[in-house]
Amino acid sequence: MSLTDYGFYILCATAIVLLATQAFTNPKDFFQVTIFGLADGAIYALVALGYTMVYGIIELINFAHGDVFTLGAYIGAAILAFFAGANEGSFVVVNVIALLLVFPIVMLIMGGINITIERIAYRPLRNAPRLAPLITAIGMSFVLEGIMFMWHGAPTVHFPDLLPHGPGFQTTIGGVFFGFKDVFVVVAAAILVSLLAVFINGSKLGKAMRATAQDRDAAQLMGIDINRTIAATFFIGAVLAGAGGMIWGLYFNTIYYNLGFRTGLVAFTAAVFGGIGNIPGAAIGGLIIGLVAAYSDGYIGSKWTEVVIFGILIGVLVFRPTGLLGMRVPEK
Amino acid sequence: MALLEFEGVDAFYGRIQALRKVSISVEKGEVVALIGSNGAGKTTTLRTISGLMHPTNGTVMFDGRDITHTRPSRIVELGISQSPEGRRLFPRMSVVDNLFMGAYSRNDRPGIASDMERVFTLFPRLLERRTQIAGTLSGGEQQMLAMGRALMARPKVMMLDEPSLGLAPILIETIFSIVREINSQGTTVLLVEQNAHKALEVANRAYVLETGVIAQQGTGRDLLASEEVQKAYLGM
Ligand SMILES: Nc1ncnc2c1ncn2[C@@H]1O[C@H](COP(=O)(O)OP(=O)(O)OP(=O)(O)O)[C@@H](O)[C@H]1O
Ligand SMILES: [Mg+2]
Repeated sequence: MSLTDYGFYILCATAIVLLATQAFTNPKDFFQVTIFGLADGAIYALVALGYTMVYGIIELINFAHGDVFTLGAYIGAAILAFFAGANEGSFVVVNVIALLLVFPIVMLIMGGINITIERIAYRPLRNAPRLAPLITAIGMSFVLEGIMFMWHGAPTVHFPDLLPHGPGFQTTIGGVFFGFKDVFVVVAAAILVSLLAVFINGSKLGKAMRATAQDRDAAQLMGIDINRTIAATFFIGAVLAGAGGMIWGLYFNTIYYNLGFRTGLVAFTAAVFGGIGNIPGAAIGGLIIGLVAAYSDGYIGSKWTEVVIFGILIGVLVFRPTGLLGMRVPEK
Repeated sequence: MALLEFEGVDAFYGRIQALRKVSISVEKGEVVALIGSNGAGKTTTLRTISGLMHPTNGTVMFDGRDITHTRPSRIVELGISQSPEGRRLFPRMSVVDNLFMGAYSRNDRPGIASDMERVFTLFPRLLERRTQIAGTLSGGEQQMLAMGRALMARPKVMMLDEPSLGLAPILIETIFSIVREINSQGTTVLLVEQNAHKALEVANRAYVLETGVIAQQGTGRDLLASEEVQKAYLGM
């Protein structure tokens, strides 16, 4: 172990001891904050997965990914507006049907949009120096934000409040409050992440995607069409981000055109924290960053939260660039 | 016409020319060796056949079909597989999953299962290690896995790039006897080797590549006896 490793462990240990102290002295607040953190973290996890998968397969930090997340929320809001109205906030069949219908539609649309982005903006630069697609991705981020800005302008946009809340859909256990929405966010994210895991580890295309990420030339020698596996990676990343955007909208009911900038950076931090390119790492990293953000909001003050998160980003990049889980196996 | 016909090929890396008018042909059922010193263009030749790079001049014909500009995935489907230089396994996948990736171009489940059996018969060591992560295998085991993976495509032509590199002498014997066995079971083999002596022993015919040009060719036995080859590649 090197000095930087010790630094990393000491920092982690300090944070854990401080939190444990809080958990004992004031468990009610601690668990309340934890619930907020888990809900946010579940959404960050969904977005972080797209960053990590794309980085894993073409070593591109896809700066536009946060905006794909927001665009998912915008498109979801537009479609759900047809179903919303008097039934906001209540539990009625039409809401359930709307959500069951609109979730897959938005996910597919976002997948399609991201494949198109990859095809026109990144694929032509695949053999260019790495800086070129990176700058293109930043440009693409501005393009997507610009589109959303033109669509609804700068003010916040209302996202239909189709999840039930209020009496009957919330409870307190030991003084800790949580509602249906909190449960929904975590369960929905957990289902999506499980489906991803099954797909990546079990399906032929999922394995081909992993093979392409591990060695692109060797993958081609196996007969894998890497254009297809790379497109599939962008598709799945956007499917998860689109779902994340929908979930965010349903949870907070407010979206705005540059929401993806901050969310994207936080999710990127989560991906780096979990080890960029590492899929389970991104899911765990998302949850942890969500918790960290919530504890920072709760115990330090929300104006410090970005300092804490991006401090973590810098700290991980400097002290532990392979991330929390690291790479379990040497490359070659 | 030969099964694989590499005809007058020029290949470049940027402005550096790696192959000059290289012509190689491989008949069905043969073992053909390609020898030459470092940087001669052996790997470039295999990469060009596999479609990872394309020639600027010349043609590559396989089974009567022009594959000069065909994409790599299609070339595997047509029946050419490769165990590349440096093994290039998928380091974070298990032995079995690496083998499955080798069969990626196929859909005949029973055939894939029986070929997996065949690979395990050729390399019993891989059967013992089938759940191990490829990146943690020993060098020799990795080479066996790379060959097994190339076999899983059930190729008409299997190309091997320096399969003996970095292996202990006893293991080199095993690898070459397996090459013979694979060939006797009906697979045509194109073998790139630094270990010229061994390669010329197994090969029906061989080509000597020198800085991108074919310098000599002949039967394995003739080249073993050739003075120039002995001097340059056999250390005699
Ligand atoms: N990616 C590359 N970019 C530029 N030049 C390259 C590249 N790969 C190979 N070359 C050059 O092409 C020539 C042929 O290389 P190649 O790898 O085909 O040789 P080789 O016969 O396989 O050598 P070795 O026995 O060392 O593997 C060499 O001069 C090499 O420097
Ligand atoms: Mg070589």
